[in-house]
Amino acid sequence: MSFVEYSDLIRDGDVAIVYLGHESMMHVKVKQGAQTQTRYGVIRHSSDLIGRRYGSKVTCSKGGWVYVLHPTPELWTVTLPHRTQILYTTDIATITMMLELKPGCVVCESGTGSGSLSHAILRSVAPTGHLHTVEFHQQRAEKAAEEFKEHGVDGLVTVRNQDVCKDGFGVSGVADAVFLDIPSPWEAVRHAKAAMKRQGGRVCSFSPCIEQVQRTCEALAEEGFEEISTLEVLLRVHDVRTVYLPLPDFGADLSAQTDDDAAAPTETKPQTPVALKTTTLPREMQGHTGIRL
Amino acid sequence: MADNVDEDAPYRIKEEDYVVLKRGDIFKAVQIVPKKKVIFEKQWFFLDNAVGQLYGSTFDIVPGGTLQPRKPKDAESPADAKEAGTDNRNIQDDGKSQKLTRDDIENFKEQGLTDQQIIQQLVDNSSTFIGKTKYAQDKYIKKKKKKYENIVTILKPSCRILALMYHGREPGKICHLRYDTLAQMLTLANIHAGSKVLVFETCAGLLLGSVMERMGGYGSVIQMYPGGGPVRAGVESFGFPAHFHDTLHEFPVCHVNALLAGTLDTAPPKDASAGRDTNSAADDVCDPEKEAREKQRGQRLSFKRKKLASAAALLEGRNADGLVIASRFHPCPVLMGMLKFLAPSRPFVVYSQYKEPLIECYTKLKEQGGAVNLRLADTWLRHYQVLPNRTHPVLLMSGGGGFLLSGTTVAADAPKPAGAQRAEGPAPKRLKVA
Repeated sequence: MSFVEYSDLIRDGDVAIVYLGHESMMHVKVKQGAQTQTRYGVIRHSSDLIGRRYGSKVTCSKGGWVYVLHPTPELWTVTLPHRTQILYTTDIATITMMLELKPGCVVCESGTGSGSLSHAILRSVAPTGHLHTVEFHQQRAEKAAEEFKEHGVDGLVTVRNQDVCKDGFGVSGVADAVFLDIPSPWEAVRHAKAAMKRQGGRVCSFSPCIEQVQRTCEALAEEGFEEISTLEVLLRVHDVRTVYLPLPDFGADLSAQTDDDAAAPTETKPQTPVALKTTTLPREMQGHTGIRL
Repeated sequence: MADNVDEDAPYRIKEEDYVVLKRGDIFKAVQIVPKKKVIFEKQWFFLDNAVGQLYGSTFDIVPGGTLQPRKPKDAESPADAKEAGTDNRNIQDDGKSQKLTRDDIENFKEQGLTDQQIIQQLVDNSSTFIGKTKYAQDKYIKKKKKKYENIVTILKPSCRILALMYHGREPGKICHLRYDTLAQMLTLANIHAGSKVLVFETCAGLLLGSVMERMGGYGSVIQMYPGGGPVRAGVESFGFPAHFHDTLHEFPVCHVNALLAGTLDTAPPKDASAGRDTNSAADDVCDPEKEAREKQRGQRLSFKRKKLASAAALLEGRNADGLVIASRFHPCPVLMGMLKFLAPSRPFVVYSQYKEPLIECYTKLKEQGGAVNLRLADTWLRHYQVLPNRTHPVLLMSGGGGFLLSGTTVAADAPKPAGAQRAEGPAPKRLKVA
């Protein structure tokens, strides 16, 4: 199994995604002899997972069931253990397109954080590209490196434990794209430029605060970057549901009487509410986690 | 120094390259053909001088219609005025502040003044310029630049640039698929090198090209097409290397049912050639042209049949890795039909300009089973102007970018009785993830 290539069967050592129900998933490290507790009962890896096809329905000990899914960066983003605030798929998708990521690209990223974006980048640049990711927190850097290995992508990534604002990305003149998600991105702009290919490339920085965005835009302009644009993307999820709209009772409809009914006024039948399939929105639209430039 | 030239080669514009011309927010996709005039933003010019320059370079269009590389940033910002005002309380907007007439400006153009010089003249002859605030002066100069600068930037095509171009120029051709929505589709469908992706689109080939770009020439893409033939004009604009087209297949949807039923016959017809020969034996001797045409037709049909067979072979296994749909057709039957070709635990994404057809798809999928993580969503996109003391939102695009229904396939179950709620699990006390 790898996060950048599909396989059909679940194997010992895989990381699989267990789907429990609407907006309820968890990741599982598949291991011979191991067990995983869920609210529907126990999943026994040896009999229930290993050798089964990804996408299968698995019945748990209490009789309830779950689905086991092949890992993807998107499923990982919603099930990974958070060590920092992470980027979600909506922003990741926009960043991927704006940085023009594709197979073969060399990308520099800082900070690695919990690796949410990192996995998405690796998926997009595989099999011939590379990701240089920098994380100044030692344990997070180590944990990220461990996870990349477990997920079968360590050949595509180099993790460096250093401060990008002081020491840069550790490479120069090789990057097609650079991504910054750090508290003071303006301090890393010159390092971004140094890491990028001489013939040009794309830079993107993600910040929650407008003041950070302003300072970073200035720094980019000073370093000679062009076509600086700033975007915010918000996701709106629509809840599909059936609603029932009752109909009003205006009394017997006298104009509709025919000769046959002349004997007695028709009884008004209570009319059943109209079922309408529609969508509703959450009361508040989830605010942005940041602004991208 | 000789090394540099070699290193830069992949980044240099070549003849026959497909490129994108850009000025400000206007884009146009063209091909570099020597001595061929192109029109862009009401100007005619030749692209010959661009050959050999680096992608991303900006050029002046000089009178005569040739391109001249623009030196980076020298003589920039005409009229960095020493003086500026504080507000506009005394500025009359009476249209009389500019002393130069249109004739004067035409004369300047004929005399061969550069755009920088013309703008400088305008600034010098504006009675109100000095009184404007620094910000208003900047805005004035920016406006004049937009009008008088004859520049064009030449870019290497990419999904990002082409999506911006189509959305700005011809949104109707791409079913109003906004570029951020396209970005979501590509990521949600986990498009990556080495997979087998099914595409059904009527977006002039923009979606197909974007999928191909993200696959980098690895794996395979099968375009399912309605009607007589696949529409792919947009794919050309991406300028993919020739070998990318080896990964592209096509399959007409009119044969989908036959393929699913196992009754699609792609074997060559047994006696077709023999039949033709006996019928036209007498004519052949007298009409070598006709014979040649018949032979060509036979070759074309055989070629078509082979393509059909190879696409069918890829589809038959029902093990595709992803499905993306974006078209003017009602998405429900398209989705329900094509889902059958996907392996379990694989993503699919359907785009529709309208929400209601996707509600139908959602409902059908819930009844039928075979898919989880169903989500109907749209994205709001906001652009910001970021300048010192002038940062503010510029544009909010909402609702007009279309809607997406995404999900993941799972192993098919026996169809559930209507009204069964088990799919959601016991209701309360559910842990929310994400």
